[in-house]
Amino acid sequence: MAYIDLPKELPGIRGPMAFRPETAKPLNELAEVLLRDDNNTLTRGERELIATYVSSLNDCFFCQNAHGGIAQHYLQCDMQFIDAIKKDYTAMPISDKLKSLLSIAASVQKGGKYVTAEQIENAKTEGATDKEIHDTVLIAAAFCMFNRYVDGLGTWAPQDREIYVQRGPRRAEEGYIDFDLYK
Amino acid sequence: MPHINVDENLPGIRALMAFSPHTAAPMGILANELLRSNDGLTMAEREMIATHVSYLNDCFYCQHSHGAIAVCYLNGDKELVNQVTTNPDAAPVSDKLKALLSVAASVQKGGKYVTTEQIEHAKNLGASDRDIHDTVLIAAAFCMFNRYVDGLAATTPTDMSSYPLRAQQIADYGYGNHIFTKPQPVLV
Repeated sequence: MAYIDLPKELPGIRGPMAFRPETAKPLNELAEVLLRDDNNTLTRGERELIATYVSSLNDCFFCQNAHGGIAQHYLQCDMQFIDAIKKDYTAMPISDKLKSLLSIAASVQKGGKYVTAEQIENAKTEGATDKEIHDTVLIAAAFCMFNRYVDGLGTWAPQDREIYVQRGPRRAEEGYIDFDLYK
Repeated sequence: MPHINVDENLPGIRALMAFSPHTAAPMGILANELLRSNDGLTMAEREMIATHVSYLNDCFYCQHSHGAIAVCYLNGDKELVNQVTTNPDAAPVSDKLKALLSVAASVQKGGKYVTTEQIEHAKNLGASDRDIHDTVLIAAAFCMFNRYVDGLAATTPTDMSSYPLRAQQIADYGYGNHIFTKPQPVLV
């Protein structure tokens, strides 16, 4: 049970967002710009994958499955692929650039100072732009916030992972702004 | 030196926000909602929660920036802000605020570190659901802001006399993109 009185039917971040719409608005706007804005050289799938990976490192069940479901939709892959990325992305058939960015994201998850100049150099050598590095760091940092918001208030999450996969296409289509928290 | 090419004349998060104004805008709105309200928790209490979390995350720029803003709201009481930042249990603040600072410290470690006992304790001392919500989100948000600043190795001013000037600017005008579009405050 959540630590504060939230609408009981809403899972994960939806409860706190309904509780305090004034903070939900900028949180959703940030998610929209970071994860869904098409004025970005990282694909939506790559950005959702970074969010999913950081959420798994933070052990946030709701976020890693919600964003894993969206990533799965964009990448047109299956849940095994997402799980394998979380387990060992270095062994997966993704670009070396994305691997270098996932490495930076993992360091951000531990703490900002864990990011090394070598990691940044490596990402740049693999072709990452300053904006891609910026966005990777901010996505990772933002999910260190979202994950803590969800778990720090003791929210509940559906345990059937298929539910998140089924919801993925809908969030991809509707986006993070102006969606109905109750649907 | 920052990891990416940003305006060298802007300190800390301001340079990052100028690099990416589209993400800066919602972050500024979030900061205003969380920190510029006296509803339940005072603005000074909110800034002290932010400062304590930034201290625990070892983010020099954020802890000194928000510490200085708290000092503005507390009429210059640096000693109190320093105590709350580094050792809240021994600081002369309300038991309710101590309980919330303890919740914030758990959030800093990770959401799952918050315990039912901590929440019950805070509620017994008068914390409302809204106070607890805001404490958790302030702590979580500073786990973002701190990582953003240090993860990109933003420039940290070593001239400590510059912190109160920027703090006064926030105390007077709040958060928002003006902190990088307007000239940086200088001592007159």
